[in-house]
Amino acid sequence: MNDGHPIPANPPSNAPVSGPAAIAVARLIKVYKTSRAVDDISFRIAPGSITGLLGGNGAGKTTTIAMIMGLVLPTSGTVEVLGHPMPADSAEVLGRMNFESPYVDMPMRLTVRQNLAVFGRLYAVENLKERIAQLASDLDLTEFIDRPAGKLSAGQKTRVALAKALVNEPELLLLDEPTASLDPDTADWIRSHLDRYRRERNATILLASHNMQEVERLCDRVIIMKRGRIEDDDSTAGILARYNRSNLEEVFLDVARGRAQAGTA
Amino acid sequence: MNRATVSHHGIAFHRIYAMLLRYSYLLVSSWPRLVELIYWPTLQLITWGFLQSYITANSGPLARAGGALLGAVILWDILFRGQLGFSISFLEEMWARNIGNLMMSPLKPIEFLIALMIMAVIRLAIGVIPMTLLAIAFFDFNIYGIGLPLVAFFCNLIFTSWAMGIVVSGIVLRNGLGAETLAWTLMFLMLPLVCVYYPVSVLPAWLQTIAWLLPPTYVFEGMRALLADHVFRADLMIQALLMNAALLAASFAVFLWLLNAAKRHGSLLQTGE
Repeated sequence: MNDGHPIPANPPSNAPVSGPAAIAVARLIKVYKTSRAVDDISFRIAPGSITGLLGGNGAGKTTTIAMIMGLVLPTSGTVEVLGHPMPADSAEVLGRMNFESPYVDMPMRLTVRQNLAVFGRLYAVENLKERIAQLASDLDLTEFIDRPAGKLSAGQKTRVALAKALVNEPELLLLDEPTASLDPDTADWIRSHLDRYRRERNATILLASHNMQEVERLCDRVIIMKRGRIEDDDSTAGILARYNRSNLEEVFLDVARGRAQAGTA
Repeated sequence: MNRATVSHHGIAFHRIYAMLLRYSYLLVSSWPRLVELIYWPTLQLITWGFLQSYITANSGPLARAGGALLGAVILWDILFRGQLGFSISFLEEMWARNIGNLMMSPLKPIEFLIALMIMAVIRLAIGVIPMTLLAIAFFDFNIYGIGLPLVAFFCNLIFTSWAMGIVVSGIVLRNGLGAETLAWTLMFLMLPLVCVYYPVSVLPAWLQTIAWLLPPTYVFEGMRALLADHVFRADLMIQALLMNAALLAASFAVFLWLLNAAKRHGSLLQTGE
């Protein structure tokens, strides 16, 4: 558990989480050879919440998520997931979380059903056949479930990737651009499904996105990153009020172009 | 309740089985992959089989000794194909951009490597068994006639091939697909040194020292002793086994070190060239 572990905030988190956190990141830094991808960030994410990680290209969102997953080792700082230090305790938590990212694909020659069967076994899912049938029904995969993953449209592939991410009914779901390159209808459909999943399972979702409407619609809280640092961290309403803007896209542009918050100029 | 409830501690057979299932789906779905497994070993055997026939008819007693050349070809193929089978299964994950999915799952590196080892043997069997049957049918050479020593030869060669496959996979994991060529060529570095087609005594003294540091050298010397002198050199097999144990342990350590290096450098997010 995280109780008793002081997590310094930098910059100050406007959305403090009391009690155990689903994710607790403290003084996290990642330096690659020529760049500082993540620069001393700290935040805690409450269980059962949806948090949006916003930022332009190179802001450090993907590196942050990769460090939470244990795919990238931090230069310094700590990450705790579901109460366990990562990557030291990864065996405790990897089965309880899952992810979807544009940086990975499902094996293209395997059918959707075969892919889900393989990943279901990796995650030791019980009653796997039923689970696959349930996912096929929930995510509307039935029509192409026996088709190779490589022969699907972009929208179908995204639904399959989401099915893989949900196969173990994760308590924590990490999503990197889950609706990128999807038509508005499919994207909206995915968002509805994620929202429903969170409500039904009390799951925690951390969502990195460029899509401001998506974040506005889904997220309880928004963390805005720029050049590896946290520029702002608050509820969506709190951020809109502070920047005196009507939508997150305007806030994003303010942050990207270095314009000050309302009242601080 | 479908939620995953099984403990993720220790080595789990169900995760190894999941990976074997993944590779079997892939093999069955792709006939070119299956043909590729059989095509080259068969071609090798036919070429070397005719050469063996020619030498037998025209050379001295050592060359005529019970199909030494064909035996060497088959054993070399076990070594080479074993490593290639391991590496190709690993490369399939890189080509499919699936490494991130696997590394983020409860699959442990040791389970991944065990699955790759088993797949190397399965792929080897698909390629080499038809080759050995052809040798019986067309060149009157029955490698199974070697009997139990063949098991010792096979085990030692496959252990070395796994160790090489593990190291190559680690290098590709760390450096991306730009290092893929190593998977196809690294074993050929061993070809002149492990004395596949000639005795160690042919090498200059300093190269002999290097040759005796490589476990396959013991196997090929053992094979020649068996076919030419009808003596099974158990001492050579035990030495090879001990060296292989050390080699495998070292290869695991190198793989884990390279995996950590890949995580430090963020290479797992960029698995292209």
